Amino acid sequence: MDGAIPLFRMEGISKRYGGVRALEKAELSVTPGSIHAILGENGAGKSTLIKVMAGVVAPDEGRMMLDGSEVTFSSPAAANQAGIVCIFQELSLVPELSVSDNIVISDPPKRFGMIDRKAQRRIAEEALARAGAADIHPLALVKDLPLSRRQMVEIAKALARKPRILILDEATSALTAADVAKIFGVLKRLRSEGLALLYISHRMNEIAELADQCTVFRNGRNVASYAAGSKSDNEVVELMIGREYSHIFPPKPVRAPATAAPVLEARKLSWTDRLDNISLTVGAGEVVGLGGLDGQGQRELLLAFFGVLRGLSGQILIDGKPVAIASPAKARRDRIGMALIPEDRKTEGLMLPMTVRENLSFATLDRLSRAGIIDRAAEQRLIDDMVALLAIKTAGLDIPVGALSGGNQQKVVIAKWLMRQPRIILLNDPTRGIDVGTKQELYQLMRKLADQGAAILFYSTDYDELIGCCDRVLVLYDGAVKRELVGAEITERALIASALNIHGEEMPARGMAKGMAKTPARGADA
Amino acid sequence: MKDWRYWLAEQRGTLLAFGIFIVMFTIYTSNHPAGFTANVVQTASNKGVLLAFVAMAQTLVVITAGIDLSVGMIFLLTNCLASWLVIGTGIETAFGVVAVLGTGLLCGAINGAIVIYGRLQPIVTTIATGAVYFGIALLLRPFPGGSVNEDLADALTGRLFGVVPASLVALLAVVLVVWMPFSRSVLGRAAYAAGSSEMAAYMSGVPIRRGKFAAYALAGLLAAIGGLFLTFFTYTGEAAYASGNAYTLFSIAAVVLGGVSLFGGKGSAIGAIFGALAFRTIGDLLFVFDFDPLWQPLFQGVILLIAVSLGAFALFRVRNRLEWFL
Repeated sequence: MDGAIPLFRMEGISKRYGGVRALEKAELSVTPGSIHAILGENGAGKSTLIKVMAGVVAPDEGRMMLDGSEVTFSSPAAANQAGIVCIFQELSLVPELSVSDNIVISDPPKRFGMIDRKAQRRIAEEALARAGAADIHPLALVKDLPLSRRQMVEIAKALARKPRILILDEATSALTAADVAKIFGVLKRLRSEGLALLYISHRMNEIAELADQCTVFRNGRNVASYAAGSKSDNEVVELMIGREYSHIFPPKPVRAPATAAPVLEARKLSWTDRLDNISLTVGAGEVVGLGGLDGQGQRELLLAFFGVLRGLSGQILIDGKPVAIASPAKARRDRIGMALIPEDRKTEGLMLPMTVRENLSFATLDRLSRAGIIDRAAEQRLIDDMVALLAIKTAGLDIPVGALSGGNQQKVVIAKWLMRQPRIILLNDPTRGIDVGTKQELYQLMRKLADQGAAILFYSTDYDELIGCCDRVLVLYDGAVKRELVGAEITERALIASALNIHGEEMPARGMAKGMAKTPARGADA
Repeated sequence: MKDWRYWLAEQRGTLLAFGIFIVMFTIYTSNHPAGFTANVVQTASNKGVLLAFVAMAQTLVVITAGIDLSVGMIFLLTNCLASWLVIGTGIETAFGVVAVLGTGLLCGAINGAIVIYGRLQPIVTTIATGAVYFGIALLLRPFPGGSVNEDLADALTGRLFGVVPASLVALLAVVLVVWMPFSRSVLGRAAYAAGSSEMAAYMSGVPIRRGKFAAYALAGLLAAIGGLFLTFFTYTGEAAYASGNAYTLFSIAAVVLGGVSLFGGKGSAIGAIFGALAFRTIGDLLFVFDFDPLWQPLFQGVILLIAVSLGAFALFRVRNRLEWFL
């Protein structure tokens, strides 16, 4: 990197969201004619970094230099103008418009004040050819294309903007192998044309093939930069490890391997291209974690159990018997007794303007009512129990739940489901954005519920939680279970390595040597 | 090259509306006592064109994934205003026309400003502004009355060369002058993009706000053109509340029949025009078959319900049930 003049430089960039720091004095240099890979686990700050670069998010502090002079971007359009174009993970295509409309959308060619369709067609065809996707018809509507084709259109759209810096954020995640090969050819050509490319991916083999330079992020900081190929996969995992441990977890029970029939079981669950042949079991009293990088099918798996997805193939078994769960209302019925603590409490968990009382009893109204009339006294008793059990801090039961702190809102969501005394509890990243104290209470609660016999399936993006809370962890990658970690095997190193789908020999033997079933009180010794 | 297939797919809604209209109009004229004569066509055209203008207005807003419940009231307000201003010498009449159209544009712009910059829901905003526009219309014409430049009115509601209804020619002119440029401009595309996926449009640096604002403002203008033609047909202005509401409701029916998606981002004003003409014809079928006119509102209501139900079919294909609520 010495010698080459950086085209773009970020210095001391910090960004906080509420109490969570996403970036902490991050630095990054980008040189023309090279492919720079960014690595890091969930929440390491990768996404925030590129959002800052692309003008989507304004940093709290720090500065950005383009060609040696300071720049600020007030919008994605401003960043585009400066030649920084980003291909986001969430597609930025407009579904009802045609491919060519989308490719020129930021700056359509004009003639007499109107869009010049001939020129637009020409630009689109050129860009598609350059992206190696000349087979896509420019007049096709984006919504009619399969995901992999859309991603190619996205790349063509970026190229049509004549970028100097092109950022690809997991841009190959939906592509077929043939498309990936094409795209790699395109990216290498762009590099030789002098573009600077930033490549974010969790696929280590892609990074090995493409990148010239790598930077590892951890806890919102860039912790290491090195020339690609100069470190082994194992060393890279080592760099990514080191999340600060700030939580205290309840001790895990020392138990013999589960002998009882599992309460919840999945056999060969598949759904569209998001879930791929997933089989798992959760026994009574067990906390089973779902790990892996964000967006590998964990959410969909929980939704599949809860009856939200249609067109699911495979089997779901409760107490060893196959069941068809057609809706959340059916999932929560006594025979199944399932509860899902959703990821976004503001939209899926709570009715914010309604009162704490109303929110608490929503999921239990059928049990609290006789002939459609709510038994107020019974409701009150149950609510009092829950408020005491979870120590919900609220100025009263009749204030809007939106007025509570994030942690207490989350407690309300959980209490609402606990009122039904569910046997199966699915948790979808329940501690996101809540304070440390509440998190610890939730860990205690989870263990307590398991001890009382609940089967718990727990998805978390925070590896620390998986290590501290779970008896077993299933690591998902591309919608499939890639690895199961049991007891002392659950270490940060193992979680990261399997989340990146790095196989085999470099796995540390520490966890295995101690035996799989007889787990020590503290699962992780990393 | 199979360009034509993509073109066909894009125009499917419009062609379908065109087909429905042709079938309905054939049934209508073949059962009409007078048959397919220039007179019948002229009357049908004059009635249909009014709704066509209002439906065009509705289309622009619906494309942005909004809805304009004030179009009928802008239509009334400009009718009442025209019955005061579009009169006198050529210059005075011209000034009146400009003032009426400017008023419509202003009404639309107010809707747009509130929805876009005030971030209020289109449905609530336009119910409220619609009530205001009706209130002003009532003050302008507490009782039906007024007059209009009859030379102009007769020229625009009569026939050209003895056969072609002038109102139809006027409609075509408006399509060429207002709709075509808008749909092919950057602003028009921004309106479509915002209606289809506002976030994707934002991430792509599309001028969403200006596109939506233009759509609302031009909707006001088109409703005013409708109001102007109402004045030409009736020679008077009248703040008839029920009539304003009916036009708003029918404009939604016409838009849906014309293949414009109420979810936004899809459809064209041409489709909505055929939707309007078809809807009018269907309503009038009752007359040629000698039904009691009392049945007409119920009949039209049922057609509207069927039309909006067709738009919900896409929901059956959703595989993640949470997407029902997006």
